Amino acid sequence: MDTSLPESKEITLRERLYLALVVTRRELRDSLRDWRITTPIFILTLLFPFLMNFTAGMARDFVLHYGGQNALIAERLNPFLLMIVGFFPVTFSLVLALETFVGEKERGSLEPLLSMPISDGELYLGKMLAALILPLAASYLAISVYLTGMVLSAGWLPEGLMLLQMLLLNSMEASVMVSAAVIVSSQTSSVRAANLLASFIIIPMALLVQAESILLFWGQYDVLWWIIAALGVANLILVRMGIRIFNREEILAREVDELNLRSVLRDFLGYFLRPPEQALQRGTYPPPDLKRMLCHDIPHMLRTHWPSLAVVLLTLVGAVALGVSSAAQWPLPEGAIRLDTLPQDTFERVPQLGFLPRFSVTGVFFNNLRALALAGLLALFSFGVMPLVLLMAPLALVGFFAAQVAALGYSPLVFVATFILPHGIIELPAAIIATGFALRIGAALVSPPFGLDVGQGILLALADFLKMFLLLVVPLLFLAAILEVELTPQIVLAVYGVHS
Amino acid sequence: MIETANLSKHFGLIRAVDGIDLNVREGEVLALLGPNGAGKTTTVRMLAAILRPTAGWARIAGLDTVREARQVRRIVGLLTEAPGLYSRMRALEYLDFFGQLHRLSPAQRTIRSEHLLRRFDLWDARYQRLGEYSKGMRQKLALVRAMLHDPLVLFLDEPTSAMDPYSARQVREAILELRREKRTIILCTHNLGEAETLADRIAIIRRGRIAALGSVPELKRRLLGDPLFELRLGTSLDGLLPLLEDLVQLREYGDNWVRYTTQTPEMVNPRLMQRLIEHGAPVITLSEVPRNLEEVYLRIVNEVQSDAA
Repeated sequence: MDTSLPESKEITLRERLYLALVVTRRELRDSLRDWRITTPIFILTLLFPFLMNFTAGMARDFVLHYGGQNALIAERLNPFLLMIVGFFPVTFSLVLALETFVGEKERGSLEPLLSMPISDGELYLGKMLAALILPLAASYLAISVYLTGMVLSAGWLPEGLMLLQMLLLNSMEASVMVSAAVIVSSQTSSVRAANLLASFIIIPMALLVQAESILLFWGQYDVLWWIIAALGVANLILVRMGIRIFNREEILAREVDELNLRSVLRDFLGYFLRPPEQALQRGTYPPPDLKRMLCHDIPHMLRTHWPSLAVVLLTLVGAVALGVSSAAQWPLPEGAIRLDTLPQDTFERVPQLGFLPRFSVTGVFFNNLRALALAGLLALFSFGVMPLVLLMAPLALVGFFAAQVAALGYSPLVFVATFILPHGIIELPAAIIATGFALRIGAALVSPPFGLDVGQGILLALADFLKMFLLLVVPLLFLAAILEVELTPQIVLAVYGVHS
Repeated sequence: MIETANLSKHFGLIRAVDGIDLNVREGEVLALLGPNGAGKTTTVRMLAAILRPTAGWARIAGLDTVREARQVRRIVGLLTEAPGLYSRMRALEYLDFFGQLHRLSPAQRTIRSEHLLRRFDLWDARYQRLGEYSKGMRQKLALVRAMLHDPLVLFLDEPTSAMDPYSARQVREAILELRREKRTIILCTHNLGEAETLADRIAIIRRGRIAALGSVPELKRRLLGDPLFELRLGTSLDGLLPLLEDLVQLREYGDNWVRYTTQTPEMVNPRLMQRLIEHGAPVITLSEVPRNLEEVYLRIVNEVQSDAA
C-alpha cells in the first residue's frame, strides 16, 4: 500500500461528487434496511394512490348523481389529488433529513465520518441527496401509480405541462424541507431538539400546501409557477446557508442547546460598545463613548457596509421603475388627481383617512420609526427580504404617482420636488441606512461573518443595526418628520394650492 | 512527524486546550494521560484536523492541520472514544465505505479489510450485522477502520477499553508492531500500565496544558526524585555505612539492608558493589525499588486539585 504523503493538488469536481455519492449510497442503503422507513414509504407509494383513485371516483359519482358537471370536478379534483399523492411521500424527506447529522452524533458515528478526507460541502451534499432521493423516488412512483389508476378507471391524464408542474412542485417542496431540516440537524445537539424545531418547517409547508390546494381548486395554475420559482430561490438560499454555517467542530463540541443569556448579553454589549474594527475582540468592553461612536463608529460603519447600502439603493431605483411601469398599465381616470386646485386645507384633512398616521411631527415620526424598527425585526425571519419589500412599497407608489401626474399633464419633477424632496432628502437616506443594516441581519443568518457562528453573526448585525438606528436614523427621522409636517405642506400649497 | 506550537482551543470562555507545544518523532508512541476533561480528546481532534485551533498551529508530516486539512486526514487514522459503527451494516461493507472515502482502490479495500479482520479475529464475523457485535468486537472493528488506509499517524483514544484481556493484548501487540513499522502513534488512555508498556514518552495534560512530558524513567526521576535502590547483605551493616555514604544518599536502613538514591546508578552501583566485595561484605541482592507511573500521575493530579482548592 502507498503510504507516501498525499499530493497537495486540488481535488477535481468529479472527485468531490464521487465522495458525496459515497456518503449518499451508504445512507440510502441504511434507510432501505430500516423497516420503519421502508414500510410507510411503501404504503404511501403504492396503497395511498389507490385510495386517492377511489376518492376521486366517489366524488365524481356523487356529483354525477346530483347532476353536477363531471368535467369540472375532474378538472379541479384530479390535479389536487395528484399533488397530494406526490406530496405525502415527500414528507418523509423531513424525517430522514432531521436525522442526518444529529442522529449520527447521538449514535457516536459522526466523529469517524468527520475525520475522513472529505470536505464539509461534500459531506453536506451527500447527506442532502440521501435524504432527498428516497422520498422523491417514492413521490414519483406514487404519482405514476395514481395516474395509472386514473387512466384505467376514468381515462383521465393531465396535460404534460401540468404534470411537469406537479413534479417540480413536489421536488421543490422536498428540496426546501430537506435543506431546512439538514440545517436544523446540523445546528442542534439532539434528535429531540431537531424534531421540536421541525415545526418551523412543517407549519409553513402545511400552509403552503393549503394555499396550493386553493389555487388548484380555483384553477389558478399559472400562480403555481411563481410558487415553484419562489421555492427554488428559498432552496438556493437554504443550501447556501446550510453549507456556509455547517461547522464540524460546532457539531462535535455542542453538547447542550442551552441559551446562555448572560453570555449573549456580554457578546452583544461587546459588539455595541467597541469600535467596529475591534468588535470581534474578546474580553472586556469599553464604557459607552457617545462622541467616539458619533465621530468614528458611524462613519466607519457606513464606509465598511457600503455594499448593503448600494443593494438597497438599487432596489429602490427598481421599485420606482416598477411604480412607473405600473402607472402605464393601470392609468388613473382623468381628473382623479387635480393638483392645480389643491385646497389650502388638504393637509388638515389627512387625519380623516384612516390608514394614514396622524399628521403631526410625533405622528409621522413614530410611524416611520415603527416601520423601520419592524424592518430590522422582519429581517431576522425573512433572510433580509422583508425590509427591502417594506421600503420598496412607498417608493413604488412615488414612482406610480409621479408617472400618473405626468400622464395627466403635470411635471413629475415638480411633483417629486414639492411632495417628496423637502423631507425625503433626510428621510430617504435614513430609511436606506436602516434597511441596509437590517439587510445585514438577514445576511448574517445566511452567511455569518468569518469566524463567527450564526448566533454571534446575528448579534453583531443586530448591534450594528441598533447603533446605527439610535445614533443616526432616529435623529434623521425626527428631523424629517419636522420637515414633512412643517415645510412640505407649505411648499406643496405654494406650488399647487388654490389661493383664495 | 507531529509538531505543535501554542496549540489552543477555546469554547467560549472555556480553555479546553491552552498552549500545547509538542514534537513527536516518526515511529514514536506518545501517551496522553490526564483526568477526564483535561483536553486530551480536543487535542487529538485538532491534530486529526477535525477541530480548528483557536490559536497556535499543528503540523502532521509537515502538513498544516487547517490549511491542508484534507491531506492531513488522508494520512492519519483516528480511533474515537466511542466506536461509532453503523449498526445495520456488515463489517466488510463498513470498511468498504471508509475505504472509498480514503480513495482506496477496490483491490486495496478487499486486501486490507481481509488482512486486518483476520488479524483481529473478526473475519468469521464479517457478515454479521455490526449491531450484533459485542463491545470488544466493536472496539476492534473501529481500530481496523482507523488502520484501514495504513496511516502514517494513528490517534488512538482508549484503544483497549471494553476489551477482554486477550483482545486487549492483541491490540497492544498491534500497536507495538505499528511502532516497529515506524508509524507514529498518539495514545490517549487511562490505563497507566498500558501507557508505561507501550509509550516511548508520556505527556500528562491538566487543564488544557502539558503538565509533564518525558519518558517514563525521566518523569519518575523528575517527579519522584532519583531512582531508589535496595541493597541486602548477608551480614550486618555495622561499620559498612560510612563506605556507602560518600557515594549515595541514604534514605533508610535496617540491620542488614539499606535503601539509597543516586543520580547515576550506572556509575555508582558497580563502584559500590566493588567496595563491599573488597570489604568482604556478602551481597545478597541489589535492586531498584519499583515506582510505577501511577505515583507520577497522581502527584500531577493532586497538584491540580490543590491548585483548584
